Order: sequence, then structure tokens, then C-alpha cells
Amino acid sequence: MAEAAREAWITGIGIVSCLGEGVQAHWQALCAGHPQADTTTFAPYIVHRITALDLDKQIPKKGDQRQMEPWQRIGTYAAGLALDSAGLKGNAEVLARTDMIVAAGGGERDYAADSAILSSRSKADNPETFLNERLMSDLRPTLFLAQLANLLAGNISIVHGVTGSSRTFMGEESAGVDAVRTALARINAGQSDIVLVGGAYNSERPDMLMQYEFGGFNLKEKYAPVWQRAPKGGFALGSLGAFLVIESRAQAEARSAGRLARLSAVLSERSRRRPGDVETALARMWDRLADKIESGRVAVISGATGAEPATSEERAFFARHKDIAVRATGSYLGHGFEPQFVMNIALAALALSHGSLFPPGEESAVERPMEGPLKQVVVTGIGHWRGEGVALLEAP
Amino acid sequence: MSSTTDRAGRPIVVVTGMGVVTSLGASKSENWANLTAGKSGIHTISRFATEGLKTRIAGTVDFVPVEPYSTPRLSERLADMAAEEAIAESGIGRRGDFPGPLFLAVPPVEVEWPQRIELAQASGANDAVSYDDLLRAAASGRFNPYHARFMFASVADHLAETFGTKGSPISLSTACASGATAIQLGVEAIRRGETEAALCIGSDGSINPESLIRFSLLSALSTANDRPEEAAKPFSKNRDGFVMAEGAAALVLESLESAKARGANILGVLEGCGEMADAFHRTRSSPDGKPIIGCICNAIADAGLTPEDIDYINPHGTGTPENDKMEALGVTAVFGERARSIPISSNKSMIGHTLSAAGAVEAVFSLLTLQHQRIPPTINYQVPDPSIPLDVVPNAARDAEVRHILSNSFGFGGQNASLVMGREPA
Repeated sequence: MAEAAREAWITGIGIVSCLGEGVQAHWQALCAGHPQADTTTFAPYIVHRITALDLDKQIPKKGDQRQMEPWQRIGTYAAGLALDSAGLKGNAEVLARTDMIVAAGGGERDYAADSAILSSRSKADNPETFLNERLMSDLRPTLFLAQLANLLAGNISIVHGVTGSSRTFMGEESAGVDAVRTALARINAGQSDIVLVGGAYNSERPDMLMQYEFGGFNLKEKYAPVWQRAPKGGFALGSLGAFLVIESRAQAEARSAGRLARLSAVLSERSRRRPGDVETALARMWDRLADKIESGRVAVISGATGAEPATSEERAFFARHKDIAVRATGSYLGHGFEPQFVMNIALAALALSHGSLFPPGEESAVERPMEGPLKQVVVTGIGHWRGEGVALLEAP
Repeated sequence: MSSTTDRAGRPIVVVTGMGVVTSLGASKSENWANLTAGKSGIHTISRFATEGLKTRIAGTVDFVPVEPYSTPRLSERLADMAAEEAIAESGIGRRGDFPGPLFLAVPPVEVEWPQRIELAQASGANDAVSYDDLLRAAASGRFNPYHARFMFASVADHLAETFGTKGSPISLSTACASGATAIQLGVEAIRRGETEAALCIGSDGSINPESLIRFSLLSALSTANDRPEEAAKPFSKNRDGFVMAEGAAALVLESLESAKARGANILGVLEGCGEMADAFHRTRSSPDGKPIIGCICNAIADAGLTPEDIDYINPHGTGTPENDKMEALGVTAVFGERARSIPISSNKSMIGHTLSAAGAVEAVFSLLTLQHQRIPPTINYQVPDPSIPLDVVPNAARDAEVRHILSNSFGFGGQNASLVMGREPA
């Protein structure tokens, strides 16, 4: 009985992406099929841009909006949607004891300032002094706060009043997996009753394109769904905001919160990424879930990025489970690193609440239709470079 | 035989290994000698040109050269050194095979100016350099190592590989409270029974022109450039900001049961952790001090203690007008009349503010305080602030009986974390 009281329920979802705002927009877009992306704004780079957000709806004060850069606005907005969805907005008593784990990178540059400095620096008499002087005069003081990874959490505290605790995990895809894993572990162990967990990413950043161009990871020229990008591979950066409210069953029942799905397990690993490591890690994690999985009623929502060789290894793993329907949402959403896993958990919960899986988004051998009722979803999150994770969600 | 669980029935978490690097030296012994001698590690910056800057001093760790310098590279090296010392002292596991997870507090990571400049040059752009030019240079493949180097996960990945920690390593930031949060995550994992041991590290090697200027533009830094060693003046009336600094600290946390079973030397007990976020402002504390007060009370309650049990406070004590005022207010509210007589001394008066590492560095110094029963001073305390009537252990170390220590860490973004440490397992 004690164990049942400590099981974790997802009671709130807040999501924004190129597909729109909120669960309805996402469900409709996924059911309609036809993933696509922006191929012109950052050409030759392909990017999934955020839908237009009416910021005033979730961040009422203009002063707060001005203190943030886009990634923080996306995240603060999505967190507000999640709290709305859980029926917690303005519930000061619960928000004051709600624990927050945010998965975030940070950054954002002043591109004009960077370009101006790089353009003039080499002609300066003393390039080092020139850099100091220009940074002193060109950097906006508030930009620093918009660059700090933990200031998404800080903004959520300020705008939405979540103050139980505030922790920010960094580290690309792994940060998202471990944020949810830690939230679940704390709830199961009685260290927390209610957690707001999620993250945000802004894809419209030339500095981010540069960061991934170093390693040749960007999808260029022509859009293709993630399973159809091998052998070269690549991901399209995707703007995402994704937050979940997760609470103990006892806490959720006490306030009569609606349950969208049960979060039953989250596992994460770190492999060295030698050939075959991803497939091995997935198999090992799958085995740990095996006794819980009900064959015929389970689907996979994959966080495959399109990056190689990780995506081909994940595909090889699914080839061993041909009876299970797989969906890679990255074809629709692009890749947003820290919040990707949280987003896919949200979409899994959404599918479970509908009792069915959305149709395949592409015509390769990987995604097949699924008939019949959906009872469980396994979410995968394989980082483009490091980090492997899975989650198991079950129908309410 | 005494119990290995606390009053709440949770596994007692002890420290069996510690390592530390700051501007005062590499190793606990060097740091402790300098700290109790009241020495300052703050000096004029020599890593880069400081012409045109308002602040030209810092506690850079110059005796650990990394070439070429970058924040993640130095942070990684400092963390390596601290972890090496901590694991060796603990004697846990085998070399390269640490039997538990890694929790790492690190500064945020991004490509820095030397790389931007290198890319601009490689692009061949002459007059106007845009990000299109940088992207073209990046696409050449010549800069491939920068991908991994400037991943947020890169420092933790390196440490996980080097020390063989288990599972997915966690990199975290709660700004200037990060080091304390890393320890808190380790404590929680052991209390959950997920692991018998955890490696908790805070590291920060982020002093470069842009990071210094960012803090400078927020008017957070001391500008007492002429006498660097006297610049950090926590709790003094003439305090004028914090001094940026570098460093790292590592702690091997272990369940008491595991430590006893392998006959490990127990250096101290992580008795309690507390936190409370502040929703008032991005850089300022709530004027009523409630989040700070709540954070401290949560930590003391988590330890199963009362304020009466705290013998010494290792404060956040940055030396900014705002922090020290608010921290004194919080301490006074929690400890009442006793606040005036509990020693409270700021390590930052000597080592500066080691940012992401501070909570971990100061936890190690707190544990050394327990071990040696000697309290390091707050140096540069020449002009008392009448609005802060606390015993700041001015200018000279002092022997004292210390059983339980409270260590505070506060950060931008409303981050508050406190730790309570004790000498002996209950």
C-alpha cells in the first residue's frame, strides 16, 4: 500500500514546439502526419522554429519578458502551461512545496555585438584591450542572466511562484533524462510529493548551429525524416519547451488531480560510444523493463535524433522487436537536446490518454501502424554524442 | 553498536575522502595551513590583459597551467586534482572504478573568444565577420574537437571516464549554490538506498575576460584593485563586492554502514540539507529574508537538530553589500539572541568566490574546521558594519569546540542551499 501511494503520476503537461502550443495542437499535428521543417531561414541548415506564442498569456509582466532571452521565454511559457494543465496555477500552498528540476543549457549571444567585435578586432592597435573595451560597452548586463543555465528555473520561480526547490541539470540530452529519473526517484522514495520537471531549447541560434557544425551534425539542404538520413545522418535543431507535473499518487488523490499517465520507470546510462554501445545499452535497459512490458499493447516513442551512428544503432535494436510500433517524433519536432526526453514523455502520456498511438510519420521499415489499444509506451532518449535513457509510461 | 540510520530511519551519510584546490594551493593541507594563517589567495590577474576593465583582480589558480586555456578545460583539470585527492584518502573502490555516481557542479560551457577569433581568421572574412563566416569555418571539419570540448556534458564525461563512476554522470548548476547542490544530490541518492557511495564535485575555472566583465557589468565585483589581498571584505562596512575565484573540491560520500564495513576513516557526517527558492528577483533576495530563513531552517530540521545545536556558521559571505546584509538578517532571524555569539567566518575573505565550486570548497573547509576544532578567520575585517552585529572571527583563526556546522550557499536565480555537517556519527 505504501508503495502504491508513492507511485508517480503525470498530472500536468505543458508543451510548445514548431507543431504549436499545448497538447491538442500536438496531437492533431502528429495524427495528420506529414512532418516538415523550415529549410530557408537558416539555409542551408534545416531548423524547426517555434510556433508564435502569445507570451502575455503565461508571462503577464512585460518586464519579466524583457529579462529573458527566447529559450527562457519558451520554457517559462511551457512551465505555465503545465501548471495550468495540472490545475496548480496560483495554488500558493502547493507551489511553495513543489520541487523543480530543469534541464537546460543556456547561452544565447548578442550576434551583432559578436560580429562587430570580430570585424574590428584584428585592425585594433591592441586587440586584447580592444576586446575588453568593447565587451564592457557592448554587452547588455541583463544578457548575462539570460545566458545562465539556472535562470530558466529562476524565471519560473519568479513568474509562476514555484519555490519548493530549484535545481538545474546541464549536459545536453542526458540532462533531460536524469532530470526525470531524479524526479521519479525522489517521489518513489518519499523525498518529494510533487515535481515540476522540464526544459527548453531555442533552435534559432547561429552559435548553436556552429557548435554542432564542428562535429558535422547539422542536417543540411534537404529535409528527411530521422530514419531516412543515414548514412551521413544529421539532426535539425528544434525549438522546444516541455514541462511535466509529476506527483505521488497520494498527493494527486488528495487534491483530486486528474491522472494522464503513470510514470513507472526511468533508466539512464553512459556508454563510451564504441560501435555497438548504443544497441547494447538499449538492450540492457529494455531487459530491466521486460517483466513490466505487456506485449501487444506497448509502443515506442523514440527520441532518435538522426545523428549517426546512434540512430542506426537504435534502428538495429528496434529491428529485433519488429512487433512493436515505433515513432520518432524528431521528424516532426527536430532535435532540442535537454527537453527532448521530457517532450517525448509528454507525447507518450498524451497517446496513453487517447488510448491509441498516432500513425507513422514516414514510410520506412521502422514505423509501422499499430492497431488496438495502447496501454504502455517506452520512451527512448539516445544522445547524439553521449547519454542513453528510457522511460516506461502506463495508461491511467 | 550504534545505528547506521538517522532519527528519520534514513542511512547516515558520512564523508570518507576530501580533496581541494584553490588559489591558496593544491591539497587540503596546503589550503588549511594558509586558511588558518589568514592568507589571501587574491592577486592581480595575469592570465589575460585587463586594460580597460574596472576589476583587475581575482583568485585565479595560476599554478595549474592549461594550454590553451578554456573554462571547461581548467574546470576539468581542477576537478581531476580534487577528485584524485579525495578518492585516494577514502581508499574506496579500485583505481578508475569508483563504486557510485558522479554529481558535478560546473560553470556553464560555451565557445569562448579565442575560438571565435580562430574561426573568424580561418573563415578568411576580411571586413565584416558574421556568424555565416564562422559557420563556414566550422563546416571545414578542422575544428571537430570543439564539438565535444564545448558540450555541457564534457567535463563530467571526462571525470566519469577517468574515475570510473557509475551510471549517467550529472552536471548541474544552481549558480553560486551549485557545489552545495552537488553534495545534496549525493546525500539524497545514498538516503534513497540507490548507492552506497557518491562522488560529489564542485569545480570552477571560468575566469576569462567575458565572464569577468559580465559580473562587473552587474556591479557585483570589488574594484579594490590596488591591494588585491585586501579586496574581499565580507561583513565589513566598506565591503564593495565579491572577488571572482577559481577552485575545486571533491567529497566522497558514503553510507555509514558501507564506511564501517570497510573500516574507512570517517571525516565527518553530512547531517542535513535544506533549500528554498526565492521568487522575488533574479539577483536580489526577498527583502523579508524568508527564503534564506526557510532554507537554513530546512537544513537544520533535516539534520534532526535545532538552531541551538549549531556551533559555527560557514556563511555564503561574498562581500557584496546585498548578500552580507541579507545573510545577517537571515541568521539573526533563525538564531535570535544567540546569533551574536555564534562564530561566523567567511572563507571567501581569503579564497574569493569560487562560484560553481564554492559550496563544495566551503563544505570541505567546514569539515576541516570540525576535524581540527579550529575556525579560520574572516580577514580584511577592519571596519565593522554596525548593522551586522555578528562574531565574524575577525582576522585571526581561533580554537573552538565545534560539533555541528551550518554552511550556506546562495545564488542568482533565487537559489538557496544549506548544509549541516557534524563531527561524529550519531
